[in-house]
Amino acid sequence: MNYNLILSGVGGQGILTIAAVLDTATLQQNLFVKQSEVHGMSQRGGAVQCHVRISDKEIYSDLIPQGKADMILSVEPMELLRYLPYLANKGWLITDSNPFINISNYPEKKELYEQIKSHPNHIIINATAVAKKLGNTKAANMVLLGAASTLIPISEESILTAIKKLFQNKSERVINLNIEAFQTGKKLAKENTDFVY
Amino acid sequence: MKSLLLGNEALAQGAIDSGLSGVYAYPGTPSTEVTEYIQKSKTAKSLGIHTTWSVNEKTAMEAALGMSYAGKRAMVVMKHVGLNVASDVFMNMAVSGVNGGLVVVVADDPSMHSSQNEQDSRFYGKFAMVPILEPSNQQEAYNIMHYAFDISEEYKLPVLVRMVTRLSHSRAGVIIKERRAQNGIQLPVDTNRFALIPLNAKKQFEKLVKKKSVLLESSEKSRFNKLKLKEDCSLGIIACGIAYNYVMENISGNEEFYSILKVSQYPIPKEKVKKLYKHCDKILVVEEGYPIVEELLHNYFDENGKIKGKLSDDIPLVGELNPNSVGKAIGFFHNGAQEIPEIVSNRPPQLCEGCGHTDLFNAINELIPEIGNKKVFGDIGCYALGALPPLNTINTLIDMGASITMAKGAADAGLENAIAVIGDSTFTHSGMTGLLDAVYENTPITVIISDNSAIAMTGAQDSTAVGRLKDICLGIGVDLDHLKMIVPLKKNHKENVNILRNELNYKGVSVIISQRPCVRLSRDKKEEIKLKIASLN
Repeated sequence: MNYNLILSGVGGQGILTIAAVLDTATLQQNLFVKQSEVHGMSQRGGAVQCHVRISDKEIYSDLIPQGKADMILSVEPMELLRYLPYLANKGWLITDSNPFINISNYPEKKELYEQIKSHPNHIIINATAVAKKLGNTKAANMVLLGAASTLIPISEESILTAIKKLFQNKSERVINLNIEAFQTGKKLAKENTDFVY
Repeated sequence: MKSLLLGNEALAQGAIDSGLSGVYAYPGTPSTEVTEYIQKSKTAKSLGIHTTWSVNEKTAMEAALGMSYAGKRAMVVMKHVGLNVASDVFMNMAVSGVNGGLVVVVADDPSMHSSQNEQDSRFYGKFAMVPILEPSNQQEAYNIMHYAFDISEEYKLPVLVRMVTRLSHSRAGVIIKERRAQNGIQLPVDTNRFALIPLNAKKQFEKLVKKKSVLLESSEKSRFNKLKLKEDCSLGIIACGIAYNYVMENISGNEEFYSILKVSQYPIPKEKVKKLYKHCDKILVVEEGYPIVEELLHNYFDENGKIKGKLSDDIPLVGELNPNSVGKAIGFFHNGAQEIPEIVSNRPPQLCEGCGHTDLFNAINELIPEIGNKKVFGDIGCYALGALPPLNTINTLIDMGASITMAKGAADAGLENAIAVIGDSTFTHSGMTGLLDAVYENTPITVIISDNSAIAMTGAQDSTAVGRLKDICLGIGVDLDHLKMIVPLKKNHKENVNILRNELNYKGVSVIISQRPCVRLSRDKKEEIKLKIASLN
């Protein structure tokens, strides 16, 4: 079993939290994991990505080869498309519908959604709105992870344990919020109704 | 369960477990997390390991050498360009040798994710004639530290551990072993070797040169250099450090067709290379950075064309390796990668919302029509982003401290209104000496220290400059009448522009300290800084 996943977004949007949950859950299941991330200058509002590789055998490259990502999971729709060269033939595209606009030449939202929808395997959800409704927009990343979870070969139990472990220094309320966000995301993906903009 | 660690963290844990007594460093991407990990480690704290940041890489390395002189194990950590700053002590401590184990960790940044160049630190190791270790993965980064301290003490030499961005910043599960005790204080038997007057230096240098054969022997038998010859002799691959992963990623499952020499210790194990060379029809050299190994093997005129790599254009000379570029060089072609849609725009990094540097740049920009374009000499730090649109304030960025000295040189040439913009920590790292040059000649330049009271770019580490800038400038000899303090805020814009204009009109050295803490600092940290400034002034 090999599973390659690219997480993408803008510096400061919290993709490393998603990665940390996945890594921790993977190690709990005694599988191998490698996760390459971006530190330094790009973290200042620039495009950032993170490669997560899960396997039951030793993993060599820290980077996913082009055309070998089973999923691109993005907290921002334009950043999702930036990593298309990595996507495998039957790979999945999953993203929050909310754009993060800090540049003057940001494309039309509609065009972005159309691009994403031209791929057969995609899920676009308004994760930020869902998280806001639950009480904190910061939990949007857990909504997305929930939406992606059934496609990733890691058990829900391990993911939930990992969430609890990572947020162990936070209040009970924060832990529950993140778990609820994860489960709401999972439910939304199951329904996977066409995203309307 | 395995511990989930970044390459940098694995290396740091390895150092702690090898009986480390002190880490000395100046932050710099991609090396920063090594030191930060030890600073946060409860074990390190309970063991009394020294972890405080140094003012620059040179002071860091000298302090590490001092700790080694006293008999204890020390580590010094920096990014590749930091080794330029520390190169004076690096070259000379190879001659003096060390006492307690001394490991120099340098993280290179091929592809320049966060740097000005792609220099390959292995050159420095070779230059200084010291052993170089280059781990290929996180577990090896952990294991190699123990070995690094061992050989440092065995050969009485500093050992260079070379990391690269992808290993520094990639996580994996790592198995941690038992910790060994620190050394006690034990001064060198012979201190003459540390007093490098020519008489002693000549003896020491000869000793260093003579170590060449034992170092080569150590490489030949090193468990980190592995040669696997296979029956198929069409292609042999030399894979150095992390390059091994990219090679294995491609040939995994077809290993029987490729003979491989994995290199993680230098000098290059000559006998092993020879065996591979004789055994195979073609040799592909895969190494991150400059084609150092490839050049060694390359016939100067490349008459036989047997060696493939960067010099033969099989692997790009610029930028870091990746599984695709290495696969292509081995002979695997993959096709059908999708393109990035045209509507995707670039998203370069930018200054944070509310950043004080932006307000400072707005003030400078207002004066540019009066003073003329292309006169702002910048430096290394977040404020370097002022070279990009929409600000476009900064014109130069070369190395730590070059803003002040380049402005001085331009002023010496007759350029009026030369401005230097330098951060607080960059100023104490390498700006102070240049300022003394300018003060000494009263060169007409305006130096702006954009003081956010942190080493912000690398993650807001403590700056040794906090609360000391004014006193330092006065001590260096800046005239009190031309040492101004401003607070870069929108509401002060007009006043700040006026102060700047007045100082630009002054035909001597002016220093303007533009002070507002980094917006990324926590409220507690800002409070702590305020108290520190108050206590020092």
